[in-house]
Amino acid sequence: MPWDLDNDRPIYLQLMERIQQDIVSGVYKAGDKLPSVRELAIDAAVNPNTMQKALSELERDGLVHSRRTSGRFITEDETMLKNLRDELASRHIQDFMEKMKQLGFQEKETLEKLQDTIKRGTLI
Amino acid sequence: MNPILECRNLSKKYCNHFYALNDLTLSLDSGQIVGLLGPNGSGKTTLIKLINGLLNPSSGEVLIDGKAPGVDTKKIVSYLPERTYLDESMKVRDIIRFFADFYDNFITDRAYQMLSDLEISADARLRTLSKGTKEKVQLILVMSRDAKLYILDEPIGGVDPAARDYILHTILANYNEESTILLSTHLIHDIENILDRVVFLKEGRLAMNAPVDDIRMEQGRSVDTLFREVFRC
Repeated sequence: MPWDLDNDRPIYLQLMERIQQDIVSGVYKAGDKLPSVRELAIDAAVNPNTMQKALSELERDGLVHSRRTSGRFITEDETMLKNLRDELASRHIQDFMEKMKQLGFQEKETLEKLQDTIKRGTLI
Repeated sequence: MNPILECRNLSKKYCNHFYALNDLTLSLDSGQIVGLLGPNGSGKTTLIKLINGLLNPSSGEVLIDGKAPGVDTKKIVSYLPERTYLDESMKVRDIIRFFADFYDNFITDRAYQMLSDLEISADARLRTLSKGTKEKVQLILVMSRDAKLYILDEPIGGVDPAARDYILHTILANYNEESTILLSTHLIHDIENILDRVVFLKEGRLAMNAPVDDIRMEQGRSVDTLFREVFRC
């Protein structure tokens, strides 16, 4: 299945986000080997050079590292993984807050709505 | 290293006054998938025919791996034309044998693998296949060669969306990182994610030559959207 990508943002950024998401959600675990660039590119249905760029950027951030001849691995640095998780959470919350603001909700109202929803148990 | 494709002030004039291509200068490096985009009549197919030596330039020159189109360049260029040139009475199996005989770099096993992936019978005669299946067979023949430059003129025009996905998959899976694919299409949205860069032609001239992600970064919109705005009718 091709990955779901937006139209208006650079593709490599979206590939980075998707791999970060997969790391946080446990598709890949700390220390796991990543599939090859080509395998990932075919899976995502994107250009291999673009996938290469996304992985190089993740490597620069320290989230993945490559071992000569044996491929790319997810970091085993638990602090870094925890930070990534927090960072993704903040990003989602910011998006959410932005959308609620567009709907005309004040921060306080948003918070009440959120607490209501949790109380009613519609979210797990 | 030579660029795989170089056009220097390339022009093609028809009927002594109409320029299908007008002073096109363009250089493409190896290892990229390039979309050749432009509205009808912008010069895409003329450019492709010039690269393949099917037309001669009115002025300027086109070089493939540093050489003018000829026997040597045809060995390294794998070309999917707009229209079929195959003998419709032949069986798929015979066409594969024909290609293997004709081109040193044709990989028969690869062709059969793709046929079986697409569930196309090697014993079918071309004439009995649907339009879309014929297009798939032709793409298989073209992608089964180990070429340096693949030129695909509208490879996904006539097939359904599922087959389109498979064709894009085939292109990605068989593309060698040192080779270059130049692919013309109107269906930008469908192929945008597999392109490194796009070359826009407008009225025979180069309107843009830029990496897809640079366009998205600078414009905050997809190449497809940009195209629709630039070429609004």
